[in-house]
Amino acid sequence: MDSGLTLEGSSEERAKGWEPKITAFVCNWCTYAGADLAGTSRLRYRPQVRVIKLPCTGRIDPLFILKAFERGSDGVLVSGCHPGDCHYTSGNYHARRRFGTFRKLLEFLGIDLRRVQFSWVSAAEGAKWAQVVDEVTQKIWELGPFEGYRRISD
Amino acid sequence: MSQPLQDKARELLEKKEVAQVIGYGEGTRAGRARPIFITSPQEASQLIWTLACVNNLAVYLTRKETRVPGRVGIVAKGCDVRALFVLIQEKQIRREELFIIGLSCPGVLSKKAMAEGKQELTEETKADKCKICLVHTPVEYDFLVGEKVDSPEPPSDPYEKIKELESRSPEERWEYWQEELSRCIKCYACRQACPLCYCNRCITEKSIPQWIEKSPHARGNLAWNLMRAFHLTGRCIGCGECERACPMEIPLMLLNQKMAKEVKEQFGYVAGMDFRAEPALATFDPKDHEDFIR
Repeated sequence: MDSGLTLEGSSEERAKGWEPKITAFVCNWCTYAGADLAGTSRLRYRPQVRVIKLPCTGRIDPLFILKAFERGSDGVLVSGCHPGDCHYTSGNYHARRRFGTFRKLLEFLGIDLRRVQFSWVSAAEGAKWAQVVDEVTQKIWELGPFEGYRRISD
Repeated sequence: MSQPLQDKARELLEKKEVAQVIGYGEGTRAGRARPIFITSPQEASQLIWTLACVNNLAVYLTRKETRVPGRVGIVAKGCDVRALFVLIQEKQIRREELFIIGLSCPGVLSKKAMAEGKQELTEETKADKCKICLVHTPVEYDFLVGEKVDSPEPPSDPYEKIKELESRSPEERWEYWQEELSRCIKCYACRQACPLCYCNRCITEKSIPQWIEKSPHARGNLAWNLMRAFHLTGRCIGCGECERACPMEIPLMLLNQKMAKEVKEQFGYVAGMDFRAEPALATFDPKDHEDFIR
């Protein structure tokens, strides 16, 4: 059930019933558990996100984000434990610095940063997970297919 | 300026304070210099210090083909010493293993100026990196060739071109970089010239699975140049060797300088100025900004 959807632009893909592909790189201990809670709570949210579980956001190599775009993702979400709550103590702190700089590099190369989103979602925040997914998916619906990467993948 | 350099090198080798001196010698063509590796006092007379001494010799410290056991005397300009510092920070070499023969440097000739046979150092012939250099006298050295000089205020904003690109729209930036990176032939000269690209096995070598394509193709070109810039984030010291080595004249320094600017603005860190400091992306502050995280 998609309420409040707006479809802009008139690309061919949209006309053929395009749906966004969003890859979410999430940490096992917080966000993945939070997403699981969203599931057990039977919360309804947009189904276009594909979840990839990693032990910690500190394990997420920025290269994964590029790879997701290369493989056809229109958006990427990276989510992990709140600062101070990392299962490995400081993985998310390293990730914070890493992504704080990496996203500026992406921006400099002309990639729309609205396609790369970050969040802290704890194991108890099932509702937040659903909300984050809904918001990110809505944003990617509006932005449309990632034309830039489609073109360079020919 | 070559005499004090030769004398010092000769003395170091005679007294066996170092096993090898890495410095510059006459190039194969007039007006050029090239790296030389000397191990005997007699060879010290081959050392030169001219406007053509552009190479960053720190790159040879991590190559097993050029590293001999024992202490190394290395001839280093201000930018080169910064590279040495990052290598020390990253435990690739110990400070005690180096005898830094620092060079008080007014600047070196640009690639274009040397190709045109220019021999005078002017604002036009100077390498771009020298125009914004803050280390005309190296930050640290064991012996200095020349007099200590202060670095002049850069005549123009070092980030001028970067700010111009930042002011364009994302679509314009995408087109700009697709155009520039379309010339990339994946020769990896940038990687080979960089003193800080010393990984025994570069991520692009990995083929099972393949993370970064090796073929000269838009998608892989973007991945390669972007990831190399990212792997140098907080580490690149702006020697410009990558851009000089690039046969396709891709403005690699724009990417590296942009990231250096980000690291400075976000964490107040400048690479290669203090080898006892923690590298910016190897550490963290619990109070780091997270305005981009919901």
